[in-house]
Amino acid sequence: MLRFLVRRIIGAAVILVIISAIVFVLFYAAPRDPARIACGKACTPETLELVRKNLGIADPLPVQYFDWLKGIFVGRDYTSFGHCHAPCLGYSFQSRESVLSTIADRFPTTLSLSLGSSVIYLIFGIGAGMLAAVKQGKAVDKIASSASLIASSMQIYVVGVLATYLLVDQWHLLDRASYTPFTDNPAAWAKGLLVPWIVLSLIWTANYTRMTRSQMVEALSEDYVRTARAKGMSRRTVFFRFAWRGAMGPIVTIFGLDLGVLLGGAIITESTFSLQGLGMLSVKAVSTNDLPMLLGVVMVAAAAIVVFNIIVDGVYAFIDPRVRLA
Amino acid sequence: MSTPFLSIRDLRVHFGTEDGVVKAVDGLSFDLEKGRTLGIVGESGSGKSVTNLAVLGLHDPRNTKLDGEILLDGKELITASEREMEQLRGNKMSMIFQDALASLSPYHTIGAQIGETYRKHTGASKRVARARAIEMLRRVGIPQPDMRVDDYPHQFSGGMRQRAMIAMALVCDPELLIADEPTTALDVTVQAQIMDLLKDLQQEFGTAIIFITHDLGVIADIADDVLVMYGGRCVEKGTKQEVLRTPEHPYTLGLLGSMPSLDGPVDVPLSPIPGAPPSLLNPPSGCRFHPRCTFAEKVPGDLCSTEQPALKLTDGRGSACHLTPEQKRELFADYATARTN
Repeated sequence: MLRFLVRRIIGAAVILVIISAIVFVLFYAAPRDPARIACGKACTPETLELVRKNLGIADPLPVQYFDWLKGIFVGRDYTSFGHCHAPCLGYSFQSRESVLSTIADRFPTTLSLSLGSSVIYLIFGIGAGMLAAVKQGKAVDKIASSASLIASSMQIYVVGVLATYLLVDQWHLLDRASYTPFTDNPAAWAKGLLVPWIVLSLIWTANYTRMTRSQMVEALSEDYVRTARAKGMSRRTVFFRFAWRGAMGPIVTIFGLDLGVLLGGAIITESTFSLQGLGMLSVKAVSTNDLPMLLGVVMVAAAAIVVFNIIVDGVYAFIDPRVRLA
Repeated sequence: MSTPFLSIRDLRVHFGTEDGVVKAVDGLSFDLEKGRTLGIVGESGSGKSVTNLAVLGLHDPRNTKLDGEILLDGKELITASEREMEQLRGNKMSMIFQDALASLSPYHTIGAQIGETYRKHTGASKRVARARAIEMLRRVGIPQPDMRVDDYPHQFSGGMRQRAMIAMALVCDPELLIADEPTTALDVTVQAQIMDLLKDLQQEFGTAIIFITHDLGVIADIADDVLVMYGGRCVEKGTKQEVLRTPEHPYTLGLLGSMPSLDGPVDVPLSPIPGAPPSLLNPPSGCRFHPRCTFAEKVPGDLCSTEQPALKLTDGRGSACHLTPEQKRELFADYATARTN
């Protein structure tokens, strides 16, 4: 187990380094100069050169990249900000704020949004999928299957705007989307996030319904399920202890990856509801050519996916003994 | 006359499919007494597995229609409720399947799978059930059962998995054991061990066994009585000696002819039965075997293709064929000589 973990963590670190290098190269491949944007309209070549130096982009690309990597592991020194302790992700070109503290500031919003909607879509998606699998071919199954097909083809920016208009503006049932830290006021936290949770989980619920249904239907046709029935196990026991056990492996895998993706920022959902999470941060970083911020957000998103990949593999081994011992 | 332990009368199992009704079993009757082994032989799709899944009530009720009578120790099973069937399954009657790896849950230990059957039917505690599982594993010949009880099926060899499956089926001392080709996936030596095990256990507990197979060699080893199925019907029935030594149905004769013989001359080619098993969606008219039957033209008129031969039994011995006993004696003897010379 320990060897597995060490091997995976080393692999993850390599992946993250490669991703950061790719972002660096891609950023400079775009024909835009952050210094020119920061410098403004009335900009002499001398000021431009100064701005460039100030932003830390006067050096050649490999040197910049190495400085950035060094910042993460041992910290680095800036002329305008002084020493930045490790892990240092640099300072935003735009706001001149520390990237790390900005991300730390925004992350709770994204975390709340992702975890809350995950709970909702897991409960409803798996529940509806199981129900459809038990009632295979019956009306419930057909309704669940077609509803999930319709829901999964919807788009958040449409549903989100519509939901805000109807639920908030017209019927005054729920509050407009906003973020209050959980530690400040849990009730306000939940109330402010309810509409985004519902909208975001609607589409995911649909996906999980379809996935759970097909996994369960497949598991129910396994020979060992028939054996369990032949032993006198009740339908309920067979369904939960045997078929669900077989179906949950793939569902857990997908969930882990999905959660990793969501934690990197639900860009469209956050934009639709103007929630200041990592998704919004990354959109802004891209549109303002803010390299340090962009790198920071991408690294967090990539790390989330890589970490959840490792977690998923661990959980999978727990679920399926054949993997555990292989 | 006392009623037999298991009595099946005019069993019909029909599946509704998009293309029509598949008559997988179409009027099957047989009896089985405790301590006896009935071998059911037939090709794939002859209805042998379907019959036995119907006995346990494991057919899919959404598209399957059962008719007739299945009496187990005087209890009618077709009309029994799901709850009643659950009480019987794994307890009074149980089943072992062909592919033990697929048929055992990969997510639970061998011990847990054996133990839970025991707990379900006896209400025993986890500890008692575990002890019982170890005892069962020992009885079916698993070495170091107290260690292996916590293994998962994939850690067992093929033969051991089948033993574990037998242990699981027998944990509640069932009175009826249905074995659906339990040795087909195993190599011959393991196959022989498994059959010896079944015979020993039967002797010890007086279990009634239905042994489903397409392998006449296995039948010769284990069965007391033999029922030959073709196209969802019984075409011949009798004791093992009767059916294997003096077959009365051309299909049985064909099955025997397609088997290599150890004591016959080695250069005699095997004679497979021509054609393919009948479609049960559109079964052939008359005798279902007539399109493949070598002797169909020996029957006067077109009786074979128009009229379904009835199964004529005397003391449990007989066949469903239009040929007269004299014709059979003559034709089958020729066939046998042709094979041995």
